[in-house]
Amino acid sequence: MNYPENFHYTKEHEWVSVEGDVGTIGITDHAQHELGDIVYVDLPRAGTSVTQGKTIGSVESVKAVSDIYSPVSGEVIEANQVLAEAPEKLNDDPHGVAWLVKIRLASPEEIKNLLSAADYRTYIGVE
Amino acid sequence: MVFRGRLACYFGGSMVQSGTELKKTPLNSVHRRLGARMVDFGGWDMPVQYSGILEEHAAVRNSVGLFDVSHMGEIEVRGPEALQLVNYASSNNAAKLQVGQAQYSGLLYDHGGFVDDILVHKVDEDHYFICVNASNQEKDYDYISTVNLMKATVEFASDRYAQIAVQGPKALSTIQKLTKTPLETIRYYWFLDAEVNEVPARVARTGYTGEDGFELYVAPERAESTWDALLDAGAEFGIRPCGLGARNTLRLEAKMALYGHEIDATISPLEADLAWIVKFDKPDFIGKTALEKQKAEGIPRKLVGFEMKARGIGRDGYEVMDNGRPVGWVTSGGPAPSLGRNIGLCYVPTEIAQPGRHININIRNQPVEAQIVPTPFYKRAK
Repeated sequence: MNYPENFHYTKEHEWVSVEGDVGTIGITDHAQHELGDIVYVDLPRAGTSVTQGKTIGSVESVKAVSDIYSPVSGEVIEANQVLAEAPEKLNDDPHGVAWLVKIRLASPEEIKNLLSAADYRTYIGVE
Repeated sequence: MVFRGRLACYFGGSMVQSGTELKKTPLNSVHRRLGARMVDFGGWDMPVQYSGILEEHAAVRNSVGLFDVSHMGEIEVRGPEALQLVNYASSNNAAKLQVGQAQYSGLLYDHGGFVDDILVHKVDEDHYFICVNASNQEKDYDYISTVNLMKATVEFASDRYAQIAVQGPKALSTIQKLTKTPLETIRYYWFLDAEVNEVPARVARTGYTGEDGFELYVAPERAESTWDALLDAGAEFGIRPCGLGARNTLRLEAKMALYGHEIDATISPLEADLAWIVKFDKPDFIGKTALEKQKAEGIPRKLVGFEMKARGIGRDGYEVMDNGRPVGWVTSGGPAPSLGRNIGLCYVPTEIAQPGRHININIRNQPVEAQIVPTPFYKRAK
């Protein structure tokens, strides 16, 4: 699987892609694969304040619930409505159409705390 | 996201300490060859899924699926006193069984709680073959041996059997290609000893999916060749190897109990909606007095099915709320792939255990609307 070079990754398997002062976040392909068939996604509403490393929602597969941790701090400006109706898209395109939320970044320097694509690949053990 | 003990939260059971060697079924290398995702299930290294739980679930509902359930235990009871022992140790009436017939039953403690739920097969007038849960098998064997005052012969036979479940509307056609025995003559909850793929097999028309299907008991050294032959025979029907994940969604839709969830030592069959496996009109059996007392005094809580009415999935262990106060707990919950709804089973006080009643499931500190519904959730067309 391709882990985009311009994304920043967490050890909890989230990614963030930054454009201006807005970060789009999602879960990684590795995460969706580990979870299996995803059946439900619980996301924060627009306006919610989030903190780097804190829980902002959850992803449920057939067999388990997993928390989503925000890779950045800021304010949620949009949650991906596609996932309310079609959570299975997270299995199909976790780095694309199935992004989770867009966040207006409060502290862009936090990105330094995250992993590069190369480091993330090493972390999950793929070459 | 943190991948927590995926099955721990789903199947319960005793999770072994890390470092303990996991037990393997005779099909372990086959699962690895097929690329299954393996998990620690009550101390057993078992496949949770191969291609994906939803696809495997659909294969069983629409065609046929193959499960390795060799981790299940087998106990054989023999001798002139075999019936007397089985009927004393279990709550259903084994005296009603004919040779070749099987029966779901409860192995109960004196106080009426479950030691285990079991399948009793009458092999001969003086021979009963009991299939028990994997994580309970040693406990069950010890228990039956301890209450064996009538000196029947009790054998722990798990090492002599592999068990393969073939489930789904095409299960019969799949196995039929490998045996001369006409399988349609085996009625539901009956079995016979036959040859499948030229190997002796006990062929029981039983299962844990809510579909038609069979459970095959073969010698462990024959497990792999039997499994491979079944996969080949079922290829034309689109057979899928299925893991414990699909086994759980299938049995939940069919409202079949899972030990450690719907039933355990603290739950009686009367509470678990399993009064039909308690036969008060037979000679004495362990737990009878306690259950008679419970029946006379009233059953305080009951197992019911629920369906989520708002967004969210009520999962195992979540609290059930009624008018803002906690009144019970979810024993098993999750998506029902065949129904497209989120369902579950839960214990609630008897006075509210009525279909149509609105309840809330406490999902991460948020009460989410649900409704008690009739069960089973899924019933196959006959």
